[in-house]
Amino acid sequence: MYDFEIERPGSVADAVKALGQEEAQALSGGQTLIPTLKARLAMPSVLVSLAGIDEMKGVEMRDGALWIGGGTTHATVMREAADAYPGLASLAARIGDPAVRNRGTIGGSLANNDPSACYPAAVLASGATVQTDRREIAADDYFDGMFATALEEGEIVTGVRFPIPQAAHYEKFIQPASRFPLVAAFVARFEGGVRVAITGASNDGVFRWSEAEAALNDRFAAGALDGLTLDGGDMISDLHGSGAYRAHLCGVMTRRAVQAIG
Amino acid sequence: MPKDIEPERGIGASSKRREDVRFLTGTGRYTDDINLRRQTHVFFLRSDVAHGRLTGVDTSAAEDMPGVLKIFTGADFAEIGGMPCGWQITDKHGQPMQEPKHPVLAHEKVRHVGEPIAAVVAETLAQARDAAEAIVVDIDELPAVVNMKDAVKEGAPKVHDDLTSNLCYDWGFVEENKAAVNKAFEEAAHVTTLELVNNRLVANPMEPRVAIGDYNRADGEHTLYTTSQNPHVIRLLMGAFVLGIPEHKLRVVAPDVGGGFGTKIFHYQEEAFCTFAAKAVGRPVKWTSSRSEAFMSDAHGRDHVTKIELALDADNNFTALRTDTYANMGAYLSTFAPSVPTWLHGTLMAGNYKTPLIYVNVKAVFTNTVPVDAYRGAGRPEATYQLERLIDKAAHELKVDPIKLRRQNFVTEFPYATPVAVEYDTGDYNATMDKLEEIADHAGFEARRKESEAKGKLRGFGVNCYIEACGIAPSNLVGQLGARAGLYESATVRVNATGGLVVMTGSHSHGQGHETSFAQVVADMIGIDENMVEIVHGDTSKVPMGMGTYGSRSLAVGGSAMVRATEKVIAKAKKIASHLLEASEGDIELKDGAFSVAGTDKSVAWGDVTLAAYVPHNYPLEEIEPGLEETAFYDPSNFTYPAGAYACEVELDPETGHVSIERFTAADDFGNVVNPMIVTGQVHGGLAQGIGQALLENCAYDEDGQLLSASYMDYAMPRASDLPFYDVDHSCQTPCTHNPLGVKGCGEAGAIGSPPAVVNAVLDAMRSGGKDVGHIDMPVSPARVWEAMNG
Repeated sequence: MYDFEIERPGSVADAVKALGQEEAQALSGGQTLIPTLKARLAMPSVLVSLAGIDEMKGVEMRDGALWIGGGTTHATVMREAADAYPGLASLAARIGDPAVRNRGTIGGSLANNDPSACYPAAVLASGATVQTDRREIAADDYFDGMFATALEEGEIVTGVRFPIPQAAHYEKFIQPASRFPLVAAFVARFEGGVRVAITGASNDGVFRWSEAEAALNDRFAAGALDGLTLDGGDMISDLHGSGAYRAHLCGVMTRRAVQAIG
Repeated sequence: MPKDIEPERGIGASSKRREDVRFLTGTGRYTDDINLRRQTHVFFLRSDVAHGRLTGVDTSAAEDMPGVLKIFTGADFAEIGGMPCGWQITDKHGQPMQEPKHPVLAHEKVRHVGEPIAAVVAETLAQARDAAEAIVVDIDELPAVVNMKDAVKEGAPKVHDDLTSNLCYDWGFVEENKAAVNKAFEEAAHVTTLELVNNRLVANPMEPRVAIGDYNRADGEHTLYTTSQNPHVIRLLMGAFVLGIPEHKLRVVAPDVGGGFGTKIFHYQEEAFCTFAAKAVGRPVKWTSSRSEAFMSDAHGRDHVTKIELALDADNNFTALRTDTYANMGAYLSTFAPSVPTWLHGTLMAGNYKTPLIYVNVKAVFTNTVPVDAYRGAGRPEATYQLERLIDKAAHELKVDPIKLRRQNFVTEFPYATPVAVEYDTGDYNATMDKLEEIADHAGFEARRKESEAKGKLRGFGVNCYIEACGIAPSNLVGQLGARAGLYESATVRVNATGGLVVMTGSHSHGQGHETSFAQVVADMIGIDENMVEIVHGDTSKVPMGMGTYGSRSLAVGGSAMVRATEKVIAKAKKIASHLLEASEGDIELKDGAFSVAGTDKSVAWGDVTLAAYVPHNYPLEEIEPGLEETAFYDPSNFTYPAGAYACEVELDPETGHVSIERFTAADDFGNVVNPMIVTGQVHGGLAQGIGQALLENCAYDEDGQLLSASYMDYAMPRASDLPFYDVDHSCQTPCTHNPLGVKGCGEAGAIGSPPAVVNAVLDAMRSGGKDVGHIDMPVSPARVWEAMNG
């Protein structure tokens, strides 16, 4: 690591102010940022820890939707969202290992938008709304490709509002080394329609599989997906699998998620 | 005969590992736990290109950085010896191998990603690292060679300009048999051919490497604390060949070491650097490898590309075997690298079978990659994998049961001289196969397969046998084979006045449990409690010159030295006892910690005899000296040959290609067993590494020589959830005929014996799904399985 200052604001307003400094960087769990700093791949002058901001923590029902504070850890979501949104709690329960789940936060994950992260699939498939210190962003407008989002410089994810589907399931196939998703599918069935989001697969990060959604809206059954394919040419190709393999897994994971919902 | 009953103590008892108290309570003392007064820290600036001409290393700006004491570059070591290689191979034309210079710090050229270019010694590690970033390195990049077959083509870029090519050696074994082997192939009723890759691995011990150099100006003594499996070997190699320090002025200490798996055998540049720099800066110099550094500086393992062929007669008897292997040496020759694909590999190609004619060809090749050397099994896993995959393939081609084909060709009479220069002293391969079939419930497999199929999964059953040459090694034999060292072992047994013993062994424990099992042996011989025996290892100032731990040699060779030294102690103690008991020496018997006169009730306790040795008031001083301390050096007359049969049962998800191991069974013959619990643990660990190689681990380079799997984000280590509960049995015991304990060694068996069973099982599962692909390379990742099934 290089030298840096650390600030621990107690409110969103103070955090925003702190992030206005030159070369400031928000720290919210640090499951990606801390290894990056240790490898000397980033050199922020100030780290602004969001861990002490109570207004950014918690899991609660607000106006018929499930609100999760941006600073809420995966372990807390795993426990406290289990009744309201079991599909989401189950996703949180399968991120990383206990150490990761006790430090990593939903806001940190969404701000980073790793193409292989779990949460973006849930947020996109749920049609959730990302709340920041300055606005609300619909999930469909939030994700903007690998490690890119609609967030502006210094903008903080303060919370996420999840509409609650009738049923949902997250099906994950892990990359054997990192245990991030090699491909994972989040299928959420709402009264108004089905949403399917895929993470891990695409060079453009998390995406909605609209053909699968249309097919499932027509008939919510695994068999409805038969014959649907994605183009492997747009998919990540690396040591752990070709684009064609990932494209294939998108179908398998989506089908299994639908089967799990029943 | 199987042995099922365990004694409560001594040899054969599952005594709890005494060292685990400190390992499990955080009170071990590892090299990184050592911090010396006025200690400094070194950071190595490493090459980020695989191949290039080093045209400039400008340290001027870095030297002025805060905390910097001294910066070293290759020029500082130009007049100093390079890293030595401990084994010389003679090629098939009778010529010595090509042996390149291996500098402590890169000089004139860089030859792999991770090669150290400069070393910054500073007050703190952060300061050293900051300063390293201020060093300006100019490298004219050259095309890299990564693929071995490309590396030996005419006109390929040369890793070492002063060598004639990238070919280290072209080894033929046994060259005289070649014509007869070829003739047998011409006459064969059936020939099975297989081409395969033995994937490159990174050892990844839990504790990364650490080195601390210290120098005492007052007495001129150097001390190196290091994470080594063999501190005396490091003292000899570094003192004599690199730095020119006589052994009496050089102490090497390897305290608690957190796993080695072979990669901590070798003498590394960082050890030589810290020892050298401590004198140059006048203060201790410490280096602790980061995990990222370990990936690109610890010697890697395996990395063979092989074509192997088996000739069979019309009755399915093996008549000849022929192999053609390319073995990656990496950019330099690591300490024992040349021996791994030759004498540790070619000599095992007979396996458990009486194939009369064998010819092995190995081309060792330099590439722009991290040096490759011994890793758990070292050569023997490569031999086993080729042979056991090939036999399975032959069985399917011939439509015979793979177990039946193996049994038909087993060696059944011992001693058995193979056509590849070794003589198996003892074994019973049908016994371990019988045991395997029983505990793996082979008979129940079809029912389990149906259960899997009902879930939409494919199930496969795979077996393999293995044999290894352990108890390394008879010095006169390995000397003829090119070893530049002896491979005996030493022990000093020091008896204290009050009867307790300290045993100083040249073996080194880095997870094997020697402190427990060695004490069991000595205590058993005397008939005293194990807690009266303390095992000391890992410090050249305490232990007689010993060769260390690798090749499953510790109990077979180190334990035998300890037995010999204890026998000497007992012989002398009997003389003292005979004096005290006023009886003739020949009538003295030692049992349960007491000396008695045969046929009488006269006896004297062990402690009374040991006290007499050090308080010799009533003592035969005219016949023997006071004191009770003996040293023995044991040089084995042959290797030992642990062998066994393994079975793997997998469930394969045809939609994703994911393979899960549902059952794994190991039936081993390790000869006599001192501590069954420790042996079981050793097999468990070996299996984890073998299954890791088969399913998960893959050290991959791109064509420019960049390491693609340079962290745990991409290098998949096996985890508990990847592994089944094992069924491990070592009740089949044919004791070694030539060492005093009748032991054979167990440390590497699991890693040697498991990869072919896994791959054979995966292929069996694929066949049951209607897909016969003939072969699939390791690691059998989901992507590879899916591609094979859909190719």
